[in-house]
Amino acid sequence: MSSAAKRALLDPVVDNNPVTLHVLGICSALAVTTSLLPSLYMCLALTVVAALANAAVSTIRHVLPSSIRIIVQMTIIASLVIVVDESLQAFAFETSRELSVFVGLIITNCIVLGRTESFASKNPVGLSFLDGIGNGLGYSVILILVASTRELLGAGTLLGYTILPNVADGGWYSPNGMMLLPPSAFFIIGLIIWAVRSWKVEQVEKPGFRIHEVHRTEAL
Amino acid sequence: MRPLRRLLDKVGPHFEKGGRFESYQALYEMVDTLFYSPSDVSRHAPHVRDAIDLKRVMGLVVIGVLPCAVVAMWNTGYQANLAIEALGLSAPADWRGALMEALAIGHDPNSIVGATFHGMLYFAPIYLVTLLAGGVWEILFAGIRNHEINEGFFVTSILYALTLPATTPLWQVALGISFGVVMAKEVFGGTGKNFMNPALVGRAFLYFAYPIEMSGEAVWTPPIDVVTGATPLAIGAERGVAGILEQGVTWMDAFLGPIQGSIGETSALACLIGGALIVYTGVASWRIIAGVMLGLVTTTVLFNVIGSDTNPMFAMPWYWHLVLGGFAFGMIFMATDPVTACVTNPGRWIFGFLVGLITVVIRVVNIAFPEGIMLAILFANIFAPTIDHFVMRANISRRLRRNV
Repeated sequence: MSSAAKRALLDPVVDNNPVTLHVLGICSALAVTTSLLPSLYMCLALTVVAALANAAVSTIRHVLPSSIRIIVQMTIIASLVIVVDESLQAFAFETSRELSVFVGLIITNCIVLGRTESFASKNPVGLSFLDGIGNGLGYSVILILVASTRELLGAGTLLGYTILPNVADGGWYSPNGMMLLPPSAFFIIGLIIWAVRSWKVEQVEKPGFRIHEVHRTEAL
Repeated sequence: MRPLRRLLDKVGPHFEKGGRFESYQALYEMVDTLFYSPSDVSRHAPHVRDAIDLKRVMGLVVIGVLPCAVVAMWNTGYQANLAIEALGLSAPADWRGALMEALAIGHDPNSIVGATFHGMLYFAPIYLVTLLAGGVWEILFAGIRNHEINEGFFVTSILYALTLPATTPLWQVALGISFGVVMAKEVFGGTGKNFMNPALVGRAFLYFAYPIEMSGEAVWTPPIDVVTGATPLAIGAERGVAGILEQGVTWMDAFLGPIQGSIGETSALACLIGGALIVYTGVASWRIIAGVMLGLVTTTVLFNVIGSDTNPMFAMPWYWHLVLGGFAFGMIFMATDPVTACVTNPGRWIFGFLVGLITVVIRVVNIAFPEGIMLAILFANIFAPTIDHFVMRANISRRLRRNV
């Protein structure tokens, strides 16, 4: 694999992660991560849509008038989302009911439109496809982390299997009800961003302004 | 005091830059300034000459909370002892009972000493765990950031401990205060930079995470698990003031404090005494308290006038709202937090009014939440900077008009 291809595929996983660096796709990350299984389907759906939309937009990038490019990209994405939604309803009906509107809302997911607009409309097909997969992976990593934390702490289970036996069933673990509410995903994503930026310091944003601050030992 | 000074001076150099315990400087500083005024002075103008600093401000709040804490311990023990008497037991069947038996302290509900001691055995573990768990985070962040450890945490910890039900499991106590200190205060930069009250955020975390232990019918579980009591506020939500009176709780009881509820919230009188101190010393703003009262009275009168056939809370008069639940405690100690409330005077009125209004709306209209003061204050905290912003904009435009 060439180095450009490798970068397109792997950069979005940590170094250029759509969720933790660009803070995109937060809406679905809050809504579907109550348990792990629907999150996995959501990751799959988003990765497929992002990769195919990128490839399709990249194919027509030379013939696409720039004045109507957004509406064309939206049409492509919307068609792909409908296909994915229908397939989910056909093959995983229960989970697709749990995901409800959030598969449909991939149309408005900023990650997909952001990649077609900023990457696929300037790069060749193969590379764009890999970029779509890579961003899907980056989104998936965060979603899986958030969903496993929430399901494990909120219900004591993972994919429905009991990991921490509940007090109600004679075990020792008191489920944390907060984890089943959407705000907990906010806290967890925030903590993940904190951890990632402590590890990769170059991701820390430059402060917009700085309050003059003198630390104790400097002042003396 | 001389030997203490000498000891501090002797170990002091080890904590300075390059010393053996350099990274623990914040700890040394905390102990040193707790006993003595700092010797270091600022070198550049402007200077503020004032006898009060953050340490003394926080100290005053802690003193203000003391009446609440004392009444709280007595009432917790009193309720527990009442339950024991009602069940006809000889002693509570846990370590508290064993300890009280060993010390020959009875569990007669009428004995003030016995009740206070029993209550202390409930309150002390909760408070110690709060101090320990929250303190660890506080020291950790102060060390990393090269900040001072300050007394803000003493206030946070005692307020937090007083808002909990007496039977909260200790690991939940630790979890709640950790969440409050880290997520509401430290991630925003530490003391003075938080926009929400850390004690209330910790309490709110527990409220949503473990609703069974924190609210509802079984919130107040005196020593023996078979006895659970609904707080008068919860009864009021179901059957109105008449229901509370049927339980033998008069308005005076609710005002003085011998009713069931979270540890420190039951006595409106104790809160008002503490409130008088912190308002008199200028630590708390009277405008916020007056604003909350105004919001409370206006909103309840409005609901009284509207009336409802199905919801008895519509008819509850404002003086009952004041003494039930955590209203007085939250109004005096939580809403007046100088960091998270408004800082402009008109803003303080608006902020207070908002707290009073939302509390009553949640209590009366939202059936799922019998208590509203906690969420109301957190909600108002979020809007405090916005309120201040508009007050300042209004000031600026008024002055501009004056100078045309």
